[in-house]
Amino acid sequence: MKQLKKREVFTVSESSPKVRVATTSLAGCFGCHMSFLDMDERIVGLLEHVEFSRSPINDIKHCEPCDIGLIEGALCNADNVHVLKEFRDNCKIIIAVGACAINGGVPAMRNHFTLKECLEEAFLDEIGVDNPHIPNDVEIPLLLNKVHPIHEVVKVDYYLPGCPPPADAFVKILTDLLEGREPSLPKEMLHYD
Amino acid sequence: MTPYSSEHLLHVLHAHQQRFHYISDQAICEIATRLHLPRAQVEAVTEFYAFFHRSPRGRFDILFSNCTSCGNLTLMQQLCDRLNVCMDQTSSDGLISISQTSCIGMCDHGASALINGLTVTSLSEQIIEEMGNLIESETPVSAWPTSWFQIGNNIRKEGLLLTEALEPGAALKAIAGRSSDEILNEITASGLKGRGGAGFSTGLKWKLCRDAASDSRYVVCNADEGEPGTFKDRILLNSHADTLFEGMTVCGKVIGASQGYLYLRGEYRYMLDALLTTLQNRREAGLLGNNVLGSGFDFDIAVVVGAGAYICGEESALIESIEEKPGIPRIRPPFPVTSGLWGKPTVVNNVETLVAAAGIVLHGHHWFETSGTWQSKGSKLLSVSGDCARAGIYEYPFGVTVAQILEDAGAEDVQAVQIGGPAGRLIGAESFTNHIAFEDIATGGSFMIFDTSRDLLAVIGNFTHFFDHESCGFCTPCRVGTTLLKNGLDKVCSGHGTAHDIDELQRTAALVSRRSHCGLGMTAPNPIRDGLKVFPQLFEARLLHQEMEPEFNLDASLEEARSLTNRDDAEAHL
Amino acid sequence: MSDPMKKTIIIDGVEIPFEEGQTIMDAALAADIYIPHLCHKPGLSPHGSCKLCTVDVNGRAVSSCTMPAEAGQEIANNTASLNEARKTITQMLFIEGNHLCPSCEKTGDCTLQAIGYHLGMLDGHFPQFYPRREVDASHGSLVLDRDRCIMCELCVRASRECDGKDVFAISGRGTKRQLVVNSPTGRLVDSDIELDDMAAHICPVGAILIKDHGYEVPIGRRTFDLHSVSETDLDEVILKKTKHHDQEHETAEKEGGVYGV
Ligand SMILES: Cc1cc2nc3c(=O)[nH]c(=O)nc-3n(C[C@H](O)[C@H](O)[C@H](O)COP(=O)(O)O)c2cc1C
Ligand code: SF4
Ligand code: SF4
Ligand code: SF4
Ligand code: FES
Repeated sequence: MKQLKKREVFTVSESSPKVRVATTSLAGCFGCHMSFLDMDERIVGLLEHVEFSRSPINDIKHCEPCDIGLIEGALCNADNVHVLKEFRDNCKIIIAVGACAINGGVPAMRNHFTLKECLEEAFLDEIGVDNPHIPNDVEIPLLLNKVHPIHEVVKVDYYLPGCPPPADAFVKILTDLLEGREPSLPKEMLHYD
Repeated sequence: MTPYSSEHLLHVLHAHQQRFHYISDQAICEIATRLHLPRAQVEAVTEFYAFFHRSPRGRFDILFSNCTSCGNLTLMQQLCDRLNVCMDQTSSDGLISISQTSCIGMCDHGASALINGLTVTSLSEQIIEEMGNLIESETPVSAWPTSWFQIGNNIRKEGLLLTEALEPGAALKAIAGRSSDEILNEITASGLKGRGGAGFSTGLKWKLCRDAASDSRYVVCNADEGEPGTFKDRILLNSHADTLFEGMTVCGKVIGASQGYLYLRGEYRYMLDALLTTLQNRREAGLLGNNVLGSGFDFDIAVVVGAGAYICGEESALIESIEEKPGIPRIRPPFPVTSGLWGKPTVVNNVETLVAAAGIVLHGHHWFETSGTWQSKGSKLLSVSGDCARAGIYEYPFGVTVAQILEDAGAEDVQAVQIGGPAGRLIGAESFTNHIAFEDIATGGSFMIFDTSRDLLAVIGNFTHFFDHESCGFCTPCRVGTTLLKNGLDKVCSGHGTAHDIDELQRTAALVSRRSHCGLGMTAPNPIRDGLKVFPQLFEARLLHQEMEPEFNLDASLEEARSLTNRDDAEAHL
Repeated sequence: MSDPMKKTIIIDGVEIPFEEGQTIMDAALAADIYIPHLCHKPGLSPHGSCKLCTVDVNGRAVSSCTMPAEAGQEIANNTASLNEARKTITQMLFIEGNHLCPSCEKTGDCTLQAIGYHLGMLDGHFPQFYPRREVDASHGSLVLDRDRCIMCELCVRASRECDGKDVFAISGRGTKRQLVVNSPTGRLVDSDIELDDMAAHICPVGAILIKDHGYEVPIGRRTFDLHSVSETDLDEVILKKTKHHDQEHETAEKEGGVYGV
């Protein structure tokens, strides 16, 4: 059994009967969310103890005070940073889920190039681009010059590696937390791909 | 054996760099072919040493020391501004390039720099201004004011070694007719320990080398003197070269070597001609070469000049460098005494050690032994620099207190002293009663004084950058760790650190100290560790009192996007 | 009971025999004791650079792959604090390069990754360096992705000591160190490497890859899906050691197998 990173062990609070969980995908592919939902019928059991705040599965736009925040994806633009900070401010426990959140993952492959090279390739030089210009609408979040894992910006309490982590790993970490145990993973569930 | 081989890879690359201002791909191929070396070896050596460049440097190539004692980066900036160039960028007309380099050993001469490899000292705003003019008018360096290139000895206090210059040949005459064992006993009885830092018994080192089975052996003098704040070997090389060569010859005689090497740091290249002349004079006087003093003993000495790599002071890296390779420390054991240069038993000794050895065989072990302390015999040359009235060389018997040295040097309001260079110890006032000795505060000779006007965190930062720059990169803990320490400390120094970052520094520092391959990594975290131990309040005062601060500047990391999109609205900032 | 005639060392309380000339690593592997290692392969000269094999011998830190075994050594190996130090070293190797396992063909068969699993590494811990290093895809059947190179120099040594060539070297200093190819152009295609050279196959990570063979083994069946590195790296992978030009004079001393053969 592998110990996950240590912080306070979570216990269900007396006042609110259900544990509130928020999830988000920053620069990710939603693969971790899909894997989360792969727990199939076990989600029914989970929902007896858990309710969801902001999450792509219910479309709530802002993170309310929560117990657990599951973050998929890396930091690639200013909006990712805002969302991540909102989660950190509102969640007692932040879990970095998946390769992108943990070390940048596939989105970090763009770090091999400068931002200029990336944007010029996509919006100016690529064959078939008409009206070549780099989008500068104020609605569009600006890109960070490099993609970063989330622990470089906020404190992360637990890490759930994998690309994506298996559904069983989600079940394991959440049940451990719900039952007040220090979360851990059986070795065969530890992988980076 | 030529005393300065023009075919040695380091020397070939140096000549090429001087002439063409860089080492191109084509040059690497040509040099490899000419010297019959693998192309990748020539490439690896070129890219290892800081004084060789893969892209063109200026016709005037200036390297400002960034040492806390002989560096002044404000002056560097002044010259950059004056000539309208940025640091590390060669001007488009190829006229000028300006960069930093680690301590060049001129700590008693104020702000210093290397100009096309030559040392200029005592820089001032006015000299920089004039220098700017000379460069603009493309006046060759040979026509610059000669006073800029004067380098004095600044000897402030003489002891056993500095009082008298040995008559050339005196020590060799003294050992004439004595057996190897007798000479060895003399050295051993004197209690002489290595002056390069590690303090290994010199007599034992020579004996181990002599007794290692082999058909040939070597004597190597370590004149790499790369530890920031150290310049005592410079004085010995400048004024006691004969005694040094005599010491090497005595060692050769004892261990049965016929060839010695002097490994001179690239920063001291300005002394090369004089050293070669001394060697030539000795040869002509029968003190070197075949049949030394008619004793039937053959011994000669060659010089190899380094090219900007602190790690080449580590004895096995130095040996690799003499062998025309990158200066990567070898696996130990085996130690050089059994498997050194070309795999043969080799004695590597510091300049001062060999000078002392010559004195001991001439005057007898009592001369030496009666000075110093119980465990640290003899005297020690200290290179005193920093915030004091009288920087320079002080030779004391071992056992002198830090306070005594500070007083002699005219240091006031002293906040801290860095003894033994960045790899040594940082001490505060509570330790000024301690003694300079192997059993107390050991030092290779660097003694840097910082008064209360200094930002000590900036000093610690400077040292930490030094190690990051000088790590050879062979082993993981030091290669990655020195960079992590540098980044972490920069974060703290710039006011972005938290208690968490201090914990991280401590943890990384401990790992790098304990798990690194060689002495560089083992000592690289010393400034941070000592700083946290002796001056915790300085760190504390810089900390943010929050759980965590991002590892990078969020707003700055949007800068590239802002400029590509011409945006500066509120949403374009973090 | 220990045979007084036999020389032994003690690793984590277990007494094991060794032969003169063996390193601590050699003795441990021969006794089926796993000491984590990345830059070591039996049969190649030891290197001592990754420092994953660090152990404490009578309280002093040493690299077990280079330290000769000596009678009486008491060695701590599989302890919590040593494994913690090794995990940190592994994290250093991950963050100094670009180890984006999901996009790497070596994933599942990579020793660095497997060591991460073995040591329970969850994240890189340190801020990523994200270096920009060059890929060399010039060769018809090999590709060199320097982003993943951990400077273990196994390829350098395999080429010299097994293949009798000199295809690779490491150039530069500090974190700027990188693998270079010893060919007139510096490109792999112009070197004399051949597909069945040991150097083409020895890379423990995805830095030297055979083209057109990526992702052939399905997930679940790859080496480290099935085994832990502590099992596989006990199998002695004896490499055929041919004479190397500047090592001929040493072979006599090494007879009897100092480091394999
Ligand atoms: C990173 C590093 C740098 C060193 N630099 C020097 C140096 O510049 N000069 C020197 O004499 N010894 C230096 N040493 C120590 C040498 O490895 C070696 O111990 C010494 O030259 C032996 O000579 P000694 O016994 O006369 O002191 C250095 C060691 C390390 C680890
Ligand atoms: S400790 Fe540093 S300098 Fe020494 S071998 Fe390791 S990387 Fe090189
Ligand atoms: S080399 Fe190994 S650790 Fe690196 S990305 Fe590939 S699989 Fe992952
Ligand atoms: S390419 Fe592979 S085998 Fe060669 S040094 Fe890099 S990691 Fe090691
Ligand atoms: S296996 Fe020993 S240092 Fe790499």
